[in-house]
Parts: sequence; C-alpha cells; structure tokens
Amino acid sequence: MITINTVSKKYGKAEVLNLESLEIPTGQSFGLVGNNGAGKTTLFNILLDLIRPTTGSVINNDISVHKSESWKRFTGSFIDESFLISYLTPEEYFQFIGDLRGINKADIKEFLGQFDEFFNDEVLEKKKYLRDLSKGNQKKVGIVAAMMGNPKVVVLDEPFANLDPTTQIRLKKILKTLTDNKEITVLVSSHDLSHVTEVCERIVVLDKGHLVKDIETSQETLKELESYFSV
Amino acid sequence: MIFKFLKLEWKQFVRSATFGKSIALKIIIGFFALYFILSFSVIGAGSFFILKKTFPDSDPLQIVNSYLLFAILGDLIFRYLMQKLPIMNIKPMLPLPLNKDSLVHYVLGKSSVSFFNILGLFFYVPFSIVLIIKGYNITGVLAWLFSLILIIQSANFLNFLINKSMIALTVIIGLLVTLVGLQNFEIVDVASLGGRFFDAIYATPLYCLISVLIVAALYRLNFKQLRNQVYLDEAIASKVEEAKSVDLSWTDRLGDVAPFIKNDIRLIWRNKRTKTVFLMSFLLLLYGLIFFTSDVYKDMKPLLMFASLFITGGFTLNYGQFIPAWDSAHYKMLMSQSFRYRKFLESKWVLMISMTSILYLLSFPYLYFGVDIFLMITSGAIFNIGFNSLFLLYAGSFNRKRIDLTKSAFGNTQGTSATQFLVIIPLMLFPMLLFWGFDAFVGYNSGFIAVASVGLLAFVFKNTLMNFIEKKYIKDKYAMINAFGKEA
Repeated sequence: MITINTVSKKYGKAEVLNLESLEIPTGQSFGLVGNNGAGKTTLFNILLDLIRPTTGSVINNDISVHKSESWKRFTGSFIDESFLISYLTPEEYFQFIGDLRGINKADIKEFLGQFDEFFNDEVLEKKKYLRDLSKGNQKKVGIVAAMMGNPKVVVLDEPFANLDPTTQIRLKKILKTLTDNKEITVLVSSHDLSHVTEVCERIVVLDKGHLVKDIETSQETLKELESYFSV
Repeated sequence: MIFKFLKLEWKQFVRSATFGKSIALKIIIGFFALYFILSFSVIGAGSFFILKKTFPDSDPLQIVNSYLLFAILGDLIFRYLMQKLPIMNIKPMLPLPLNKDSLVHYVLGKSSVSFFNILGLFFYVPFSIVLIIKGYNITGVLAWLFSLILIIQSANFLNFLINKSMIALTVIIGLLVTLVGLQNFEIVDVASLGGRFFDAIYATPLYCLISVLIVAALYRLNFKQLRNQVYLDEAIASKVEEAKSVDLSWTDRLGDVAPFIKNDIRLIWRNKRTKTVFLMSFLLLLYGLIFFTSDVYKDMKPLLMFASLFITGGFTLNYGQFIPAWDSAHYKMLMSQSFRYRKFLESKWVLMISMTSILYLLSFPYLYFGVDIFLMITSGAIFNIGFNSLFLLYAGSFNRKRIDLTKSAFGNTQGTSATQFLVIIPLMLFPMLLFWGFDAFVGYNSGFIAVASVGLLAFVFKNTLMNFIEKKYIKDKYAMINAFGKEA
C-alpha cells in the first residue's frame, strides 16, 4: 500500500502540488491524468524520492521513502529517457539493472523472453546503443527494465506516449496481467484518456497540483473524463 | 536573408551553455585565445627578422614560400581530423519556406570563417605587414597574402569535398611523406619548386587570379554536391555506429562494484570525451620528459614534484574531477535503484587507483633519470592513490554541472565550474608545498617521505573518509538530481 500524506511541493511561491491524502492499496492499478503542469511527474518524482516534498510524506509499503531507501528494492520505475544509460546496448542495460537488483544472467534472459512480442524484434540483438534507438524503442527498454526483479510497485510516467498503436495495445495487455493477481501495485500517468481507463481500475485527475477527481473506473468513466477535459 | 541567419548565429553563440554561465571560465578561455593569437602574431612578425638573422644570404619571403607547400598539406591533414561541416544546424530550417540554395550558401559561407581558417592569418598578416615595412613591393605582398587567404579557403572547401574519405587522407599523407622524402634525400628539391610558385605570385601579382579560380571551382563543386544532399537521409543524417559489446565478465571478481565498473569502462570507451581523457592519461605519462630532460628545472624541485604527480595522475585528475557528472544524464535512474551509494563511489575509486597503478608501472622507464626522480614519481603515485582519489570523490559532491557525453571532446568545457579550479590547490599545490617544505628544511629524502605518508595515511583511513564522503553525497542528492536534470 502506498500512502500519500498531505504532500505539497512549492517552488518559491509557486505551488505545483498539493494533495490532502491518498491511499493506493496493494494490487491496485492506479491511473493519473491531468493537463500539462498538473503535477503528475512531480508526484511520481516525490514518490521515488527524487525531489523532496515541501510538506508531507509518502509511505511506500510501510517505508517512508524520504527516510529509508529500502523501498527501492521492491519499486521499479521509468520516468523518462534520463532513466536510460545512453551508451549501453539494451542487453547491457538490462544486465546492469539486473545486477543491481540481484538477478542472474539466466533469469534475465528468461525474464526478457516474455517480452519478445512487446519488443517486436526491434530492441534486442540489434547491435545498437540505446542513444541510437528510436524514442519508442527506448521507451520499451525503460518500461521492461522497470518491471525487472519482481517489484511490488511499478511506476510509469506516460508509458503510452511515443509507442506505436500495436505496442500500445501490447503494453495494455502487459499492464493488465501485471495486476492480475492483485499483488503488484501499478501507477501510470497518461495524457491518453482511453488508455488509462482501459488499464486502470482507479483514476485520479489532477489540476494545477490539486486532486479534482478520484474515480473508480466503470463504463461511464471515459465519458466523464472526456467531458471534464473538454471544457 | 543572410542578415537573419547571422542573427540566429549570434543568438546561438550568446545563448549557448558555455557562454555566460560562468564568467570566470569565459575570461580564462579568452586569455588563452588571446595568448595564442598574440604568440602567433609575434611569431609572424618576428619570423622575418629571425630568418634574416639565421640565413643572412637568402630572402625570408623565399624561405617561407619554400615551406608553404608542406604547410598546406599539413593543414589539410589537420582539418581532415578536426574540422566538420556545420550542416546539422540547418535541420530545423528545412521545412521553412527558405530557398535551399541560400541554405547551402549559408553553410558554406559559415564554414569559411571557421577557426581553422583564421588561425593561419595571425601568422601571415603580421608577416606581410613586416614585409611591406621592410620595403617589399606592396602590390606583390598583397597579392601574395590574398592568394594565401584564398588557398586556406580552398583547403577548407577541399576538406569538405573529400569529406572523411579514407582514400583521400591516405593520398594526402602519402603525398606529404613522398614530398618530405624527396626533399630529405635530396632527390628533388621540392621546397624550392613549390616555393617558385609563390615567388611568382609576388613577382607577378596577376598570378593570384589562379587561386581565385581554384577557390571558385572548389566552392562550385561543394555547392553542387551539398545541394543534392540537403535531405534528412543524406548529409544531415547523424551516423549510427554499430554497437560492439566486449565481454567484461572478468570484472565480476571485484564483487559488488562490478556492475558499476563495467558501466564505467563502457562509459569511457564509448564516449568521445571520456575516451580522450583516457588516452590523454597515457600521453601525460610523457609529461615528465619536459621537466627531467631540461637543466632549467633541475633545481626547481617542487616543479619536478608537480610533473611527477601528473605522470601517474593523468587519469585520476582528469576523470576524477568530473565525478559524478559523467553519470549526470542518468543520475535520476541511479538514484531510484536499490544499491548502496558506497558501491557507486567505491567503483569510481577502484577505477582511479587501478589506472594510477597501471600508469605507475608504465612509468618505470623513468628510472633512467635516476633514483631520485623515480622516488619522486613513486611518492607522487602514492599521493595520487591515497589522497587525490579520495579528495576528488569528495570534491565531486560539489559538481553541479551536467555533462552531455555525446558532445565532442575538443575544447569542451561542459561541466567545468569553479570547483575544478579550486581543487587544484589541495591536489597539486599542497603536495608541492609539502615536498618543498620538508625538502628545504629537513632534507632531501624527507620530501618524498612526507608526500608519500600523506598518501598512505589517507589510504589507511580510507573507510572513515569514505563514510564521510558518502554522507555528503547522500545529503546533496536532491541538489545534484536537480542540477543534472537541466540541459547544459
């Protein structure tokens, strides 16, 4: 379970995030939507202890992320390309992350085997460095790396952006199976309303740093969101 | 149109990351540039008198002329290695309603005012002025200078025409070697043959029209070639190199730090700037030769200490001072992974001390200069391993400038800040002072012992010091993430 306790972030006088309290139960697929500047990435960055909140704290499975680092062991994440190491090949990158997460070579290979379809023969054994891959293929690498080492929490910022339609559909399938047995909590942000409503059982809408909607996904959710954003 | 382009150029220059960010750095670079310009000018103006004095029987202009052919070929090789056509910049302009012809003219025109074309002028112009003052024929000298400027421009355009063709480079080098060979073995007097052409321009100024024709022809060829390539899949495409993976599993023996070591080895080998740092450290191994072979420095022992530190410390100093900025591009990711910060720092430390040890082993031939010199190098190596490696790690926690590894290495000051200048004090001046103090007041060997002991002491207390450094890094984590996240 992830608990967000009155988290706010201010830069000087400008407040970019202000959340009362938010609880994300274990096994939930949680979607975050909002226009540019709504505070989605800021929230994820605070969750990953990459920036400090001005007030409040985030508790990830009983661990206060700012106080201890042990949450890193069970949290996988991909925020943007800066999570990739540009001069490595995809294989070397997975090996590096695998090393950090204590997975041996054979297990890495087996793990990557599940994603053959997702990679669509465009990622592995291409003799290319990550910096020379297309944006979409870079994203595939980052997303898969975030799922390495049996994480309990997976955080993905805008995972659908830059992906081709086929890959988007495959990614949705992957994310759904990830939360199938209600053990892995998945946090996803997106600008694409239909994707999040399809993948997530709960959707939170942020606007200028404030929570404005907290919806349990149903048949009407997409319509509700569309009408909210079409103002 | 041209005016608009120039305005863009100016903005690019003024708003570039290196400009304006650090005034101090700009001033220092400015001084260096000024120094080079001045020294070239002094050489240019002075060479007339020097040549006159050394060879009183010959005409200085003719002597210079006879070597111009070699200079031009050398210039071509230098350009081949260093100069690039600035064509990538026009990418954002392709979809705009601009005439492609003028884009190409702009690219070519811009290349003709590049640094490579201007540097030589600082020699030729003062030389010509002296010639005129000394009563040479003004029209002749001006025609000569004019031709030289055009020949430099021709070299500029020729370089883009042969654009990275290995065959062309081989031909040029072959030509140069043959000419030098012919000259040296006195088979053909290339120098005077080549010189005769330039002498002729001086004698008959009208001949300078030949160089006008050459430049015009080369420009035209360049234009034609480039005009056909102003497409994203041609000249403007950035080249993708094939990834070469080398088995680095031998590093697994190093245990926990192995993943980071592997990463660092790849970092060093696959990025231009780090590769230069790595290769430079072997070049710096020879640095001592300047000091140890000259009698001038014999009695300036602290300076010899300085050289000794550089011999084994080239890698540690150059690589270490930008830790952890080398990892700035993916620093966020590292900070969200589960590992002890200590391991990351320790891997850098292992890398630095291994390289220093290797360089130390390679420095054994310095024994030739005597045991004292060798002891000096040894104490320098111990200091580098013990003190400098740790100190650089500590200083690294003050680094707040992102380094973009994909940028070139030559003259790249990205990531440089006041930190880099301040660290010189403890890294170099402190051991020099220490050595000097003990050497002057206690006795010769005590100098080595003092420097080496500081190194040893730091080495012995490495764990304690490392704890302290680790804490500092963890404390500054957010500031570093924030700073490294900003595009440089």
